[in-house]
Amino acid sequence: MDENAITLSINGRDTTCFVRNAATLLYILREKLGLTGAKPGCLNGDCGACTIDVDGEPMKSCLMLAVEGEGKKITTIEGMKQTTIQSQFIEKFAFQCGYCTPGFIMNCHALIQKHPDATDDMIKNWMESNICRCTGYKEIEDAVKTALRQANQNTDG
Amino acid sequence: MNWSIGKSPTRKDSLEKVTGAAKYTADFIGAQMLHVKLAVSSHAHAKLKKIDTAKAKQVPGVHAIILGPASPLTGDEVKDRPIMASDTVRYYGEPIAAVVADHPFQAKKAAELIEVTYEPLPVINSPKEALQPGATLLHKDLATYEKIPHVYPEANTNIANRTKIRKGNISQGWDESDITIEENFSFSPSDHTAMETRCTIVEIKPDGVVHITSSTQAPYKIKKQFAEIFGLEEGKVVVHAPFVGGGYGGKVATQLEFIAYLASVAVGGKPVKLLYTREEDMVSAPVRIGLDASIKLGATKEGKLTAAEITYLIDSGAYSDKGSMLTKAAAATCTGPYNIENVSCDALCVYTNHPYVTAYRGFSHSEILFVFERAMDILAKKLKMDPLVLREKNVFLPGMTTPTQTVLNHSTVGNLPNCIDKLKDLMNWDEGMVVRVADNKLRVKGISCSWKTSTISGASSGVVLLFNPDGSVNVLSGIVEIGMGTKTILAQLLAERLKMDINKIHVQMEVDTKVIPEHYKTAASRGTLLAGRALLKAADDAVSQLKHIASHVLTCSPDDLEVGYEKVYVRDEPETFVQVKDICYGYEFPNGNSIGGQVIGRGNYTLRHLTNLDYETGAGKSGPEWTVGAQGVEIEFDTTDYTYKLLNAYSVIDIGKVLHYKAAMGQVMGAMSMGLNHASAETFQFTQDAIISSPRLRTYGTFRYGDHPQYHVHFFETPHLDGPYGARGVGENGLIGMPAALANSLSIAAGVELTKLPLTPESIWRAKEGDEEK
Repeated sequence: MDENAITLSINGRDTTCFVRNAATLLYILREKLGLTGAKPGCLNGDCGACTIDVDGEPMKSCLMLAVEGEGKKITTIEGMKQTTIQSQFIEKFAFQCGYCTPGFIMNCHALIQKHPDATDDMIKNWMESNICRCTGYKEIEDAVKTALRQANQNTDG
Repeated sequence: MNWSIGKSPTRKDSLEKVTGAAKYTADFIGAQMLHVKLAVSSHAHAKLKKIDTAKAKQVPGVHAIILGPASPLTGDEVKDRPIMASDTVRYYGEPIAAVVADHPFQAKKAAELIEVTYEPLPVINSPKEALQPGATLLHKDLATYEKIPHVYPEANTNIANRTKIRKGNISQGWDESDITIEENFSFSPSDHTAMETRCTIVEIKPDGVVHITSSTQAPYKIKKQFAEIFGLEEGKVVVHAPFVGGGYGGKVATQLEFIAYLASVAVGGKPVKLLYTREEDMVSAPVRIGLDASIKLGATKEGKLTAAEITYLIDSGAYSDKGSMLTKAAAATCTGPYNIENVSCDALCVYTNHPYVTAYRGFSHSEILFVFERAMDILAKKLKMDPLVLREKNVFLPGMTTPTQTVLNHSTVGNLPNCIDKLKDLMNWDEGMVVRVADNKLRVKGISCSWKTSTISGASSGVVLLFNPDGSVNVLSGIVEIGMGTKTILAQLLAERLKMDINKIHVQMEVDTKVIPEHYKTAASRGTLLAGRALLKAADDAVSQLKHIASHVLTCSPDDLEVGYEKVYVRDEPETFVQVKDICYGYEFPNGNSIGGQVIGRGNYTLRHLTNLDYETGAGKSGPEWTVGAQGVEIEFDTTDYTYKLLNAYSVIDIGKVLHYKAAMGQVMGAMSMGLNHASAETFQFTQDAIISSPRLRTYGTFRYGDHPQYHVHFFETPHLDGPYGARGVGENGLIGMPAALANSLSIAAGVELTKLPLTPESIWRAKEGDEEK
């Protein structure tokens, strides 16, 4: 089994690990680095449960090879501390089983950072890439819209 | 004034779940862990002529390859299923072999190199086909399979169970009717699609103790089944259920755990992990029932129902798993929430070459209500009567008798007339059911009523409360946290009972069957009733222990004491008290003498007075109480291309005391979404050889953000006197009326009686054009 050393910048720290060229970033995050917040749900980009942040863009880590992560700034759910969107998910009961939650939060967070003035259409376009099977999406809608409003107020103020 | 119940305290699992710290089965990772991948059937029905593993064995990293043993057979009610197919495959995707390797990619590579030679057999693609004279028998040994009593497989047929309902006199019912309607309904099996695919880790320790970690709703059932099937001591089987990423009934089945056990045995007990791919989770693992149904209703011209004759053919797929119990539930609930004096119903659990079925949120109720509530709308149309008025004339009220001849009372059934009135209000019913909003656009309303009980006789639950030295309490319950928040509700119930801060109540999330008292299964909307009652009993036990110790400290009778506000105090002199924290580990007197010890509260609860159903008539008490509801949908329908938008969805449900408002709302809205999703998009597509095309999320039609309607939810609170503080079950009720309500709105919009699911623009077009085979 051929493995090569790569260095990944994850949650503000550089980590060196040995990976197969064919290993996905999701697999390495979970199996080699113990960052299990990103979840496997489909392994082909359909469900969004493995979403992480790569250089400010939400990225499905099952669609990216670990070796592609070199030289990029990677943030996983484990790197998120007391963000507005996390407290809004708690406040609005925007999770039940919680399995899709890390992916949704990473996606929402990237949206809020990039487009604090996102329109309803834009929110829909972004959120469509993740699936939640427990809620009826209403609670997630409330959480992301409230977090966006708060981000806007902070920008204005 | 309530202390905690009726409010919406933060979920106890909040911080773990929004930070990625919450551990699900697949998140347990170990350097020594081996990985299992499956080879599955590419045929729906075939003899296995040869399984060649020579090439697979050559793959580096492979430790073992396991083929399906012919015995033991497994199954909840009828033991009809091998752990993996041994000589015959009966559905597409059925596991045939398992490979154990160091890494998942090696196991996968080897599994794909296993060469299977099949001899195809005739395929049965629907329950109707399965019952044709001369149909291929899928289980030739059906008559000799081990089974529980009160399940009735029929030898030399494809019928795994039959439940009959015979209430009143059906021919008298037809005599009394002025108008009759008849219709047939059908739909194919579909999937639970929990976001966490099923996963298990099995390890056998040197002392023979088997540890199973699993994404399961039924850890205690796994323990019993492992003991029974593999001949193990129950004390040597330990099941761990961490957080579960959605179940919806699909994770009450035991399947991959058996395979992983064989895999661990093959590698000397080392820990092995089997994580299903999405495709395996959809097709190889158990699914939701399909149905072929025919129904005939009779009514007087005033709209009083007089007779119902119904056949429900449940597509159980290749094996019965929960199929026989789903059949029983379908029969027991067969008429929806309506009082009909004369009922004849046969519900059959039928084998086909589809993936086998297990529980699905609603346990037959949404499927049966789709049929019955569509029939009610067809009848209302023939009677030229408002469909809600027809329902009002026939709803179940206290004093009336269910199809299984149980007399309802003010506690066991909620108030459906209230629900219907409120629904009219919310839906602006007086406006009319159809409003033209543009040349080709109609805004259309559809409704349905529902009821739900749980046919789970013998179900019980235990709770232990452990006090900490600071007076806080740890709650141990075998409920698995699959998303519904029951463990937070248990904390609320305890906070209410002890009048204490909920933040000082700590609930154990992970279930460990060795040390946590048993809870039947996390299913059937009964967590709150079973575990809630057990918890209240445990609280009473703790209260009496606290009073006993305090009575010595305060030198009075325990009868004069109350527990609350983290104190034990004298009832009519509350300023005389002792702090709970000062006595919950016993009490030391100033002279050094000590009394008491750690307070440990124990409680249990078993559903009482449920009975088996009589084979000939179905008579018996099928469930503890019936939660009722009235639901509606408003759509915007395009008359040119049959596309539609879900605008509004309504649920008015009598859930008894609302314990946690936001959790209840979340359960109901999520369930409504699931019901609408099933009705509008979800199904397996079978070829004529019963091969499932594209089992993946991209094409399956799972709702995404933005597909959701505006939700309108209202609760009534008729107490169930047995329920904790009067609560009823609520996990499934939001779902069960939705398919019927959507189908009723679309039938009105399209001007054609829709009898099949899912309701896609294409399926509406086919019905409208009168050519279903197009």
